[in-house]
Amino acid sequence: MSQNTPPAAGLPPVPTKRKRPWTWERAFPFLTVLPSFVAIVVFVYGFIAWTGWISLTKWNTLTPNMAFVGLKNYARLFTEFRFQADLRNLLFFTLLFILLCLVIGLLLAVMVDRKIRAEGFFRNIFIFPMALSFIVTGVVWQWLLSPRSGFNLILKALGWNPNHLPGWYTSTNIIPSIHWGQIQFGIPVALVAVVIAAVWQMSGFAMALYLAGLRAIPDEIHEAARVDGASEWKSFWKVTFPQLRPITATTIIILAHISMKIFDLIYAMTGPGAEFVTDMPSVNMFNTTFQGQHYAEGAAIAIFMLLALAVFIVPYMVTSLRKEGD
Amino acid sequence: MAVRRLNRALLYLLLIIFALIYLIPVYVVIVTSLKSNAEIDLSHMWWLPKHLDFSSYGEAFNKLAPNLGNSFYLAIPGTVISAVLGSLNGYALSKWKFRGADVLFPIMLFGMFIPYQSVLIPLIQFMTNIGLYNTIPGLILIHVIYGLPICTLIFRNFYAGIPTDLIEAATIDGTGYWGIYRRIILPLSISGFVVVGIWQFTSIWNEFLFAVSMTQPPNQPVMVALQNLSGSQIVQWNVQMAGAFLSALPTLIVYVLLSRYFVRGLLAGSIKG
Repeated sequence: MSQNTPPAAGLPPVPTKRKRPWTWERAFPFLTVLPSFVAIVVFVYGFIAWTGWISLTKWNTLTPNMAFVGLKNYARLFTEFRFQADLRNLLFFTLLFILLCLVIGLLLAVMVDRKIRAEGFFRNIFIFPMALSFIVTGVVWQWLLSPRSGFNLILKALGWNPNHLPGWYTSTNIIPSIHWGQIQFGIPVALVAVVIAAVWQMSGFAMALYLAGLRAIPDEIHEAARVDGASEWKSFWKVTFPQLRPITATTIIILAHISMKIFDLIYAMTGPGAEFVTDMPSVNMFNTTFQGQHYAEGAAIAIFMLLALAVFIVPYMVTSLRKEGD
Repeated sequence: MAVRRLNRALLYLLLIIFALIYLIPVYVVIVTSLKSNAEIDLSHMWWLPKHLDFSSYGEAFNKLAPNLGNSFYLAIPGTVISAVLGSLNGYALSKWKFRGADVLFPIMLFGMFIPYQSVLIPLIQFMTNIGLYNTIPGLILIHVIYGLPICTLIFRNFYAGIPTDLIEAATIDGTGYWGIYRRIILPLSISGFVVVGIWQFTSIWNEFLFAVSMTQPPNQPVMVALQNLSGSQIVQWNVQMAGAFLSALPTLIVYVLLSRYFVRGLLAGSIKG
């Protein structure tokens, strides 16, 4: 408990406070926060509720039609080819994106943490892509992964068969292609191109978090391992890595949260893609709502996104705030 | 000892390889943007330009200048208002843990995690009703409101580090709520303002979803214009790369000058900071 917590009701108040009568000033902190709080209640919770309501109506035309249809929009969504493709893409994008960011981020953090020269220089190079917009990243990587240019030129120079160069984001291949519902289930090759761009931009974030985690581990722990004669490799996995578990959990949550919302990068780099190989719920929501004028269906996708996020964000928030209160 | 030196060399080698990989896009952007239209050729992408040619920058600037203006007009007031509100909220929530603060704060905080698609349709209706749809002030309002959770969070964590004794001493001296803020908290807040300022400026500048759904030409911020530029088939790659460079420049400059504060903002996004 911090010292400035006001005494709870029923407990004798601290002597200095008893002398002072209630004045308007006691309400100032609450009144300071109130406007922001009200704004968030309206713009976050109110608007979410309104979106939820729209998702239950017939409003799939330009002019609003608020006739109630229950969960019909949701039911239709899950049978659609495009939305099923979204779910597949979201799953594989999230898995690949998080895995690569964690592995590369950890590797970079461990290297940068070894008391190297020009540490700041290397750190800055790995983090600067985070200062960029996903739009910039998308535009640039579209050029780098263009099938007739960029990395394919290097592959060709290295002796790759020119007739079998990867199509990157233009490919419609899905590996392995397992028939499931309306779609072929597997990793779309085109999605890998987007993952590469996203990892380039976000792996520095994982590095920054891991670096903060590594620096927080007391030196004695390493000393103890060294005295025990553990090899460096062994001491990393047995001693250091377990200490990084909470950081890993936090990083996974934040990256998963970014990946579930990802919109700009896809929009700038590939769009939905042929046969929706790079589509995402966010892009689908945008097209369905604003180009297709299917507001109710768009709202249903938005609510799906929110629920999918809330499933892991709410427990994360509860545990971190509770930890803070201890 | 020899093994150690070898390990050290390998470590630097690996670091340099990674650094070069991370810089590939930078190389390609710069090299491509300095080529003339005649020199843009898919198969010579990696080559250095034969002659330095800045005409693509001229063309990109002509196309993007009004939008760059919009983005400054959007990001600067948006950042300032967000930072001031975040500071006031953070002060109230960290130094005056009034009853109910523990409930208000998490409710506010959740707002930073939502996918903005889930508020987009009502937001457009609302902005249209109050006459701010397709205006930069409308976008400023949106960024200020949805930026409240993160700005409040960063300042709340930041102020938690200011000793409570200072506040108590001032209270005994008879300094009031605003007096304490002005005389004690504000002078200690400079680096907090820098962290929040960088965070908000970068996020507002780089934001795309609100910008693309709330504005039409000529009111579009630069990221929407850049996306339109790259979407059009007739624009050459050199102009696209010059455009990407120009629109990334303001946040890159901020990053280069203040990278330490930038990273602090990044880490603050993971709640405990």
